[in-house]
Amino acid sequence: MNIVVCIKQVPDAKSVRYDTEKGTLVREGLEAIINPFDFHALEAGLQLKDAYGGEVTVLSMGPPQAENALKEALSLGADKGILLSDRAFAGADTLATTYTLAKAIEKLGPVDLVLCGKQAIDGDTAQVGPGLAVRLGLPCVTCVNELNLMDDGKTMQVRRVNEDGYDILELEMPALLTVLASINTPRLPSLKGKMRARKAEIPIWNALELGAKPFMVGLAGSATQVVSTWVPTFDARREMFGGSAEEQVDALVSRLKVAGIL
Amino acid sequence: MLKVDTEKCTGCGECEESCTFEAIFVKDGKAVVDQDACTMCGICVNGCPEGALELQVEEGLYATTDLSSWKGIWVIAECRGGILASVTLELLAKARELAGELEAEVTAVLMGRGIESKAQELIFHGADRVLVVDHQELATFTDEVYGNILADLAKRERPEIILAGATAMGRSYIPRVATILETGLTADCTGLDIRAEDKALLQTRPAFGGNLMATIVCPEHRPQMATVRPHVMKADIPDPGRKGEVIRIVPRENLLEHRVQVLKSVNEQTEGSNLGEADIIVTAGRGFEQKENVDLAKELAHLLGGAVGSTRAAVDAGWLSSRTQIGQTGVTVSPKLYIACGVSGAIQHIVGMQGSEIIVAINKDAEAPIFDVTTYGLVGDVKEILPLLTKRIQKERGL
Ligand SMILES: Cc1cc2nc3c(=O)[nH]c(=O)nc-3n(C[C@H](O)[C@H](O)[C@H](O)COP(=O)(O)OP(=O)(O)OC[C@H]3O[C@@H](n4cnc5c(N)ncnc54)[C@H](O)[C@@H]3O)c2cc1C
Ligand SMILES: Nc1ncnc2c1ncn2[C@@H]1O[C@H](COP(=O)(O)O)[C@@H](O)[C@H]1O
Repeated sequence: MNIVVCIKQVPDAKSVRYDTEKGTLVREGLEAIINPFDFHALEAGLQLKDAYGGEVTVLSMGPPQAENALKEALSLGADKGILLSDRAFAGADTLATTYTLAKAIEKLGPVDLVLCGKQAIDGDTAQVGPGLAVRLGLPCVTCVNELNLMDDGKTMQVRRVNEDGYDILELEMPALLTVLASINTPRLPSLKGKMRARKAEIPIWNALELGAKPFMVGLAGSATQVVSTWVPTFDARREMFGGSAEEQVDALVSRLKVAGIL
Repeated sequence: MLKVDTEKCTGCGECEESCTFEAIFVKDGKAVVDQDACTMCGICVNGCPEGALELQVEEGLYATTDLSSWKGIWVIAECRGGILASVTLELLAKARELAGELEAEVTAVLMGRGIESKAQELIFHGADRVLVVDHQELATFTDEVYGNILADLAKRERPEIILAGATAMGRSYIPRVATILETGLTADCTGLDIRAEDKALLQTRPAFGGNLMATIVCPEHRPQMATVRPHVMKADIPDPGRKGEVIRIVPRENLLEHRVQVLKSVNEQTEGSNLGEADIIVTAGRGFEQKENVDLAKELAHLLGGAVGSTRAAVDAGWLSSRTQIGQTGVTVSPKLYIACGVSGAIQHIVGMQGSEIIVAINKDAEAPIFDVTTYGLVGDVKEILPLLTKRIQKERGL
């Protein structure tokens, strides 16, 4: 089974600080991690490989340092990693990102399953998965938290979560799924995996190697543009109530009444 | 590529200040760009007082020509279990407001099975026209059928703006539509406006779990598409006197093909399923010490007509289902009132709730980081404070 897992390197929430004046992130001290949902996508892929055999390829579009994310994925058991990196990819919105990822997946050859996280925690868009499915002509199910492969080895039953409950859906591979964190518990890297990852070479593909049209990648291929960003200021009226439990409860109730909530 | 017009540049340093990526700096009195670090986000371009910066796109544009031939605002109605989603009505009110500025018509698109009777409700809430697609294949939701029909309609009718709810369904198939139409889509918006000078749709949304807000436009592609968070906009009171046109659409056969079968749909109003739409959330963290105590949070949530949320620690302890988890790997919420009980305030939790209007925290540790983001802080044991609070509110309500 050929499985491709799309992973994105994102800033670690722990390390992110915001500059209220400028309305941007503070770049200093920013640490990068694999998007948390993508760990679950990778784990889902690895579990299928463990059970049915095959190969798991991790794919990421990003700056050169996204290589670290791919290496981490290798240490967890992915068979190969490919980095899509090119100055021309900078400034990509989801439209340009799905185009670029699709070009790479086509270059990889026939694939049975593409897995994405539900969303990336930087942009929180959740658009790349469904968009990529269109580009690849694959059926797509989002927000999956259970995945079972049937005996024929190509029919899947998946559980899609929505506001009212869930649906059980059936579809055949090849397909694309986006997964929730509740689908599994990601494994930890093994020592052997870590060593293999350290030695591994991560090929870097640029726009030319992908055969990507220059006007469809990066900023040029993006339909949306950011006009401004700012840091929202939260209620500055922070108030710590003092006194006994009763007194604190009284104070809270009176504030909530003023706010029109009680 | 980001280009500096050295004639215009005065070396004032505004750009250096505004760059998140340290990609532009002043050297010898002129701005210099580190092209490798630059992500071409455009923030410095907008901030340059001299207009000396420009993002240059190397080659032709994959843009929609003749933007002016795209007219009207579409609201994609969502009907679940025979009821119109509240966000649909909220969007109709917003669409009316935008339509006033654009002098445009508001069209609602209603897809499903046996849903035609909802068309009037959409008109009462602000639609001038309703396109109804009522078909057996739409009885259950699949991305392909819903997405392909909507994309096909949009290609033929050319609306200027398409708005949909940022619900599980909307966030699943609307990106499909945007990709088919090769246009931009802004997810999970909390604000929509029309820019005065060029009538562009200004789409405002949170990123980084609500820690950063961004306003986004889609300048050269049509339609301009956005999904909008439920409960941030206000629906209008329905006007039963409003008149509108109902147009039935019969979808072409090839649009009804799909490769995903819905075997069953389970309605399971469990804990957590309505977190995203709740106005009040009471969250239980590890501070509850044991499962039985979590009932205190449930009782308060029930009394307030709200939902129960959890931290990952509470989920890991097996006290609440993972669907109630709020934060980086759970749900992002922004209710009117958020009560965090026995929650330390780890950053992975905070990013999922920081956008709440009023945040209350109850924690026995006065130094807990959760207090850094709270509006009102109570220091004490949840086992003591929660029963008191519940009783006090019951009394308040005359219960
Ligand atoms: C990649 C990643 C993703 C994560 N995603 C999430 C996420 O989405 N959501 C999430 O919540 N976490 C997430 N976490 C975990 C997060 O880092 C914290 O571990 C978690 O939020 C802590 O939960 P807690 O506040 O309930 O528990 P603790 O940190 O143990 O805090 C318990 C608090 O309760 C107080 N307390 C104890 N007893 C009482 C009492 N009797 N009365 C009152 N107060 C009391 C204590 O003072 C303490 O402050 C993630 C972590 C990682 C690494
Ligand atoms: N640059 C990227 N490289 C690889 N995968 C990505 C990239 N951006 C997004 N993805 C995938 O798409 C999912 C959703 O991302 P988003 O639509 O940005 O919220 C992520 O969880 C990843 O699986």
